[in-house]
Amino acid sequence: MSPPAPVESRILRPVGPLVISIENVTKLYHMGDETIHALRGVSLEIRRNEYLAIMGPSGSGKSTLMNMLGCLDTPTAGKYEFSGQDVASMVDDELADIRNREIGFVFQTFNLLARSDALRNVELPLIYGGISPHDRHERATAALVSVGLGDRIHHRPNELSGGQRQRVAIARALVNRPSIILADEPTGNLDSKTGVEIMALFEDLYEKGNTLIVVTHEESVARHARRIIRLRDGLIESDAPAD
Amino acid sequence: MDRIFYELTESVRIAMAQVRANKMRSALTALGVIIGIVAVTLMGTAIRGIDIGFNKSLAMLGDDVLYVQKWPWGNVEDWWNYVNRPPLKPEDAVALNRIIAGTANSQLEIGVFTDARSTSVKAGGESVNGVYTFGANADYSRFLVADFQEGRLYSATESDSARQVCVLGFDVAQALFPGRSSIGQKVIVQGQPFTVVGVLVKQGSFLGLFSMDNQMMLPLGAYRKYFGIRDDNTQLQVKVKDKNKLDEAREELTGAMRRVRGLAPGERDNFSLNGGDGFKKQLEPIKQGIAFAGLFITGLSLFVGAIGIMNITFVSVRERTKEIGTRKALGARRRTILLQFLIEAVSICAAGGVVGLGVTYGMCMAVKTAMPNFPLEFSVSLVAISMTVAIATGIISGFVPALGASRLDPVVALRYE
Repeated sequence: MSPPAPVESRILRPVGPLVISIENVTKLYHMGDETIHALRGVSLEIRRNEYLAIMGPSGSGKSTLMNMLGCLDTPTAGKYEFSGQDVASMVDDELADIRNREIGFVFQTFNLLARSDALRNVELPLIYGGISPHDRHERATAALVSVGLGDRIHHRPNELSGGQRQRVAIARALVNRPSIILADEPTGNLDSKTGVEIMALFEDLYEKGNTLIVVTHEESVARHARRIIRLRDGLIESDAPAD
Repeated sequence: MDRIFYELTESVRIAMAQVRANKMRSALTALGVIIGIVAVTLMGTAIRGIDIGFNKSLAMLGDDVLYVQKWPWGNVEDWWNYVNRPPLKPEDAVALNRIIAGTANSQLEIGVFTDARSTSVKAGGESVNGVYTFGANADYSRFLVADFQEGRLYSATESDSARQVCVLGFDVAQALFPGRSSIGQKVIVQGQPFTVVGVLVKQGSFLGLFSMDNQMMLPLGAYRKYFGIRDDNTQLQVKVKDKNKLDEAREELTGAMRRVRGLAPGERDNFSLNGGDGFKKQLEPIKQGIAFAGLFITGLSLFVGAIGIMNITFVSVRERTKEIGTRKALGARRRTILLQFLIEAVSICAAGGVVGLGVTYGMCMAVKTAMPNFPLEFSVSLVAISMTVAIATGIISGFVPALGASRLDPVVALRYE
């Protein structure tokens, strides 16, 4: 692992209105006879234009919190409001809609559809959002251009490098203009040079006014964020601006 | 709703891509459905063919005719109750017609005595064996279902004076006088010359067994003179006025026959009333049995095909669990995922249905060419029914795995490797 790239001349954008509000959230899992307390009472507020890193060793509840924030999962107890909507009480399809409109996912393993080209991959959230084919095409193309893949829109994932694949995934996360972009170890499957490029892209997205949440266990990645939350044993250990 | 439409087109696109990507697998799965559809549709055409053939045959006999005979149709175990019955005689027909004429509002029209046997007919150098020859008087014109190809039935005068004239079935005429008119020609029956006065049109065969064209009609008097009357074959054919009132007619005929036979009240009938819908009734359970057993057995092969579809859909869901997780993360609703896999299952089944129908059609055509008399009927309704069956098979067998896919927890699905 190369030493963390120096973070220079960072701008700090003023934060906007409240997007996510979590209050005393707990999550229990039952594995056989055992009950696992993945989250033991987490409270958190995230505002528009924040750039947030969530850190923690494995078993700290990091993934559980990320799933919760991404509306993939609901808390066992506690309050979760997304832009004023009560997520905790939502059913499957309501969660699907809120994910579609409000959240852009970037996965460690990219999760692109292997048999579809870059354009169709990026169009997918728009299809589920009921956008017409013409608008879909235009917006997906624009999103791909914005991540520097304007010349690759008809390439399939297996014709793209790892960094390019992650760029397609980022374009897909951006295309529906979500309230937050949630990235889970976005550089985990990339070599360090490409990882740096992706983090530079994130910086760029932040500066353009996006709200970013990056889940990682790498300090070098977390350092790019403006605020770092550290979890341990299902509780927030620290929540502080990045130095 | 635009969204549903976009989701549907996306689902169809994915299903097609999936089928293309797994050509071999899809083809093998479809094969199960193809075999099922071919089996079911072939059975369907056969059943329909039998039905049509049967109704055609019944129409040849005339469905408004009752038969008074010594023996009932079908099997009897108490043969000793029948064997000593008196045979039907020509005089019985005369007596019966007198009673009919004397009955106000009779449901019966007329009765005619007939007797029949198999014989050979010669003309010139040609000879036809096994011709079903029957004798009846000119009243039989009321019973004739077939039209005349040429000529006419012998007249009452010709019949009553036992003139040596005859009416030939189509095939007999063709065999004896190929390519020329038979009218006025002489044929030799029992060493006697008979003049042909009429030829019947081609009628086909009764239930594919008994040719209606291989027959000959003689005036009863002439028939009696050269063949004699064979007691066990004699019958009275009785035409009813309204075939929708067969039961009334049957009752009236029973009463009339008892009078003809001079039976005292309490005495048992010494004749049997056959025909009408009795024949149909007798064959109905057989027909239903064939249909039920056939559809059940062929249905089994379709069932096996359906299991194949279900299995392949389960495999497909399993293989693409992570993709399902991704789609859900991006905002796919349950309905979207359900539709995606259902459409995949249905499109394989529909393709199987189309191919299966094609194969069935080809086989029907081949069989028809090889054996024109074999009862097979390919029909539009068959196409509609089999496509419905194929699509229903896809929906039913794809539903459980597709539902499972739609209910996957996105967190679990995303983590699946």
